[in-house]
Amino acid sequence: MIPVAFDYHRPGTLKEALALLAEHGEDAKVLSGGHSLVPAMKFRLAQPAVVVDIGGIGKLRYIRKVGSRIAIGALATHHDIESSDLIAKECPLLAEVAPQIGDVQVRNRGTLAGSLAHADPAGDWPAAMLALDAEIHLTGPAGKRRVKAVDFFVDLMETALQPGEIVTEIRVPATGRSVAYVKFAQKASGFAIAGVAVVADKKKGTAKIGITGVAATAFRATASEAELKKHKRLSKAAIKAASALAMEDVDPMGDIHASEEYRAHLARVYAQRALELAAKR
Amino acid sequence: MAAQAKPKPNVGKAIPRVEDERLIKGVATYVDDLKLPGLLHAAVLRSPYAHAKVKGIDTAEAKALDGVVDVFVGADVNKHCGVVPCCVEMPDLVQPKHTVLAGKRVYFVGHPVAVVVAQDRYIARDALDLIEVDYDPLDVVADAEAALEEGSALTHPELKTNVAFTWTLENGDLTAAFDEADRVIKQRMRHQRLTPSPIEPRGCVASWHAGEGAMTLWTSTQIPHLVRTMLPDMIGVPENKLRIVAPEVGGGFGAKLNLYAEEALCCHLAKRLGAPVKWIESRRENAATMTHGRDQVGEYEVAVKQDGTVLAIKSKTVADIGSYLQLNTPAIPTLTGSMLTGCYNLKAVRMDLKGVYTHKMSTDAYRGAGRPEATYTVERLMDIVAYELGLDPVAVRRKNFIQPDQFPFNTACGLTYDSGDYDGALRKAQQLAKWPQLLKQREESRKNGTLFGIGLSTYVEICALGPSSMMSAGGWEWGCVRMEISGKVTVLTGVTPHGQGQETSFSQLVSDKLGIPMKDITVHSGDTATAHYGRDTYGSRATALGGTAILMSLDKIIAKATTLAAHLLKVSRKKVQYEPGRFFVPGTDKSISWNELAMEAYVAKNIPRNFEPGLEASSFFEPENCTYPFGTHIVAVEIDRATGEVKIVKYVAVDDCGPQINPLLVEGQVQGGIAHSLGQALWEKTVYDEYGQLLTGEFMDYAIARAKDIPDYILGHTVTPSPSNPMGIKGCGEAGTIGATPAVANAVIDALSPLGVTHVDLPLTPETVWKAIQQHTAQPAAA
Repeated sequence: MIPVAFDYHRPGTLKEALALLAEHGEDAKVLSGGHSLVPAMKFRLAQPAVVVDIGGIGKLRYIRKVGSRIAIGALATHHDIESSDLIAKECPLLAEVAPQIGDVQVRNRGTLAGSLAHADPAGDWPAAMLALDAEIHLTGPAGKRRVKAVDFFVDLMETALQPGEIVTEIRVPATGRSVAYVKFAQKASGFAIAGVAVVADKKKGTAKIGITGVAATAFRATASEAELKKHKRLSKAAIKAASALAMEDVDPMGDIHASEEYRAHLARVYAQRALELAAKR
Repeated sequence: MAAQAKPKPNVGKAIPRVEDERLIKGVATYVDDLKLPGLLHAAVLRSPYAHAKVKGIDTAEAKALDGVVDVFVGADVNKHCGVVPCCVEMPDLVQPKHTVLAGKRVYFVGHPVAVVVAQDRYIARDALDLIEVDYDPLDVVADAEAALEEGSALTHPELKTNVAFTWTLENGDLTAAFDEADRVIKQRMRHQRLTPSPIEPRGCVASWHAGEGAMTLWTSTQIPHLVRTMLPDMIGVPENKLRIVAPEVGGGFGAKLNLYAEEALCCHLAKRLGAPVKWIESRRENAATMTHGRDQVGEYEVAVKQDGTVLAIKSKTVADIGSYLQLNTPAIPTLTGSMLTGCYNLKAVRMDLKGVYTHKMSTDAYRGAGRPEATYTVERLMDIVAYELGLDPVAVRRKNFIQPDQFPFNTACGLTYDSGDYDGALRKAQQLAKWPQLLKQREESRKNGTLFGIGLSTYVEICALGPSSMMSAGGWEWGCVRMEISGKVTVLTGVTPHGQGQETSFSQLVSDKLGIPMKDITVHSGDTATAHYGRDTYGSRATALGGTAILMSLDKIIAKATTLAAHLLKVSRKKVQYEPGRFFVPGTDKSISWNELAMEAYVAKNIPRNFEPGLEASSFFEPENCTYPFGTHIVAVEIDRATGEVKIVKYVAVDDCGPQINPLLVEGQVQGGIAHSLGQALWEKTVYDEYGQLLTGEFMDYAIARAKDIPDYILGHTVTPSPSNPMGIKGCGEAGTIGATPAVANAVIDALSPLGVTHVDLPLTPETVWKAIQQHTAQPAAA
């Protein structure tokens, strides 16, 4: 559990951080809360020669309202989100996801941005980001660009982040109360075997559904969403029909914790549960 | 002379542990906290293959790394270290030579191949990556049953067989019992492999004292005294020049009841390099290379009468023991055989056991050590019998219980149970569980289509191991009580508590007997230089045996002090009476306190002729028999039909461990034991793939119980003193683990029984349960 030796930098500004990344290229890794990178380094699965700790860039730790959206800075921890009044009021889905992540120690250190950059296929946040149509702000040598959540998660542990870029902010819309996140957790790790986030529009009878844990990357259950549109009401029957389609065109993963068949089944069960919960709210 | 203020009795009181303050404050000393001048650090290179030829090892680059002191391979060290011992003798036992480092082959993932010694732990770890080993992978034996088939690859080709040993237990007239049976019910059951997972992994520090030719080894072990007995054969340092210290130990659970290759290796390195050497394993090393538990599969047959009388049990069991024998490896599954009839009066039993080598880590003791497998088997069988015969599982148990007036009872397995009132514990548990309401709750839940089940287990176990006749190197226990010149008391015990709390319970015992406050009593253990002799802590033996040795020493001290008191009070010895805290002459105002006596005993200017100065006594206690704690666990569960998740809605445990010195400690043991057991019943399973790769090598993949997984327990006790020791104490360290697994399994399977499910192997993970539901609902209903 001892990492390979590495150089450690803790820049005070984003500019310095970007300069360090530019200088060291692929040898460098960004550290924020350290709850994904550090374990990987201890197992020697990750062996960066240079670690750029952005924890010293105090400006990146914020949660604030920007117009009709909520902006979450790169250093906002899971606990910051869990305990934010603004989030609880304006984007309750995030407030529901946060306490389901890891344990108190993890939530006190780990960050939303770090979790997204790591893109663990069983992470909780990606489901919520997809259901919320979140916008992920990346800052790199060429400046800032915005990527939609649906375009951000590319594959297993792979995102739209380019070398030299840092996730600097996440923007999510304010929503109503009709949201839900439910997950079936892997017993040992607590990560999602199936996690389903729903942002519903009860008036229109529609919902956006993000699913994590089931496939190589989190995904939008588009077939389910389309089915709901047909029904125009979040009725029991609509939810049942929609959740049955949660795994349409998705290849489930299988491992010692859950077979492909069981994972796919759980995704459908939890889609139904999340939709029912959101429809009740 | 005024009497000391008499403290209130402490025995029987739920007193918080005196150990806790240092543990909670983080000021306790574990092995890794030790820092010696010039300390070097060892790291072990381990095989990534389950079976391979080692064609060559190139250590040049590692040796050249700045800060590396040296790197050694098997050829360098094995000739200086004896083989890792197994203390179990069996007539047909065949065993490979278990050297400290691998020789020309590796036999399991994690097999030590080389060792680096460096100035610090970081350099040592980096150097491991610089060692180049040329492996030639060979066929892997990954399944014990397949290993018995003809043409199977061999785990150790030189042994020409995969069978390490066979063991047959047969008692009673088996043929008659099966002839008498109305039915023979068969079931195959698997007891999955488990990873003990103490929070503190293994580790040691070895320090060689060249001038004295002596070695000190600090090691995270349950058995410093046994290590001192066995280590001389490995490192060539005689027992009287060896000091073994188990400092604070963060959990053992039977897996630290061993002598490991790394302990001998560090001693050798310290001597060879002339500097103290520390080795601390990582969590991954711990999961892969500390002994595993369980791993048996059995075909069981029960001979029963239509009225539920169980006549006999027959079993063919295969134990997957991994690649090497550790200290007690072959003994563990035989303990299963010895307890196979549980608390039932059976006419006959037979177990045919095969211990089979595979390319995995060795198995050995793990909390319960063979008894959980026995209890699980017989308690599942009781439920299966009841189900098959359409009888009430409670009634079937009652019908077959050994009755209280039958003790001492010679079991079909060949043991003599000392005492018991099995129905007493069952009645108490039913009362705590509000049995009639619980049955009603099940009925109503089932009407609503809910999968609701009730399970119970009425268990008996064997503890306080044991009479020396049963053990390979003594089953007695040692204790010493010394009253210091100041009147403070030092207690030395040969047991080695590592979480069980005997610093507290022994202080309670001594405090009451001597009338001295607990704060003036110190209990030392775990250091062979102070607690000179002992047989350590395992098999729930410490309080029953170690406590008795202290009790005997207290009696000796009081007897000696009575002689001194008579001398000082100038009366004949017969006239002196003792009550905790003082010696007095009834009917007079003559009395003397311990403080005064202690001072006189050591100053020794005014003592009787031929009176040895000092106030110290030590004792060896040799028990006549083991103890047989018992109890009943009742569990109610609800199953989520859609996901297979099991929710425990009620948990009742009644344990009879005899009289309790400290009910808080007992409760802690029972709670922790049940937590372990829930793990086995519902989540835990050590998984190797077909290539012998360990897939559950860290806590991200191996699911031990977390605090949030534990339901509220309703705990109760009955008290049936054991005749095996003067205090009647039986032991409670493993009771929870032994009693709970079958109760949970029975509850889950009871919940599934309306679907026609009769058995599902452990662990009952959501997917396993879901699949059982699928299999039994997808089929068309059988008429």
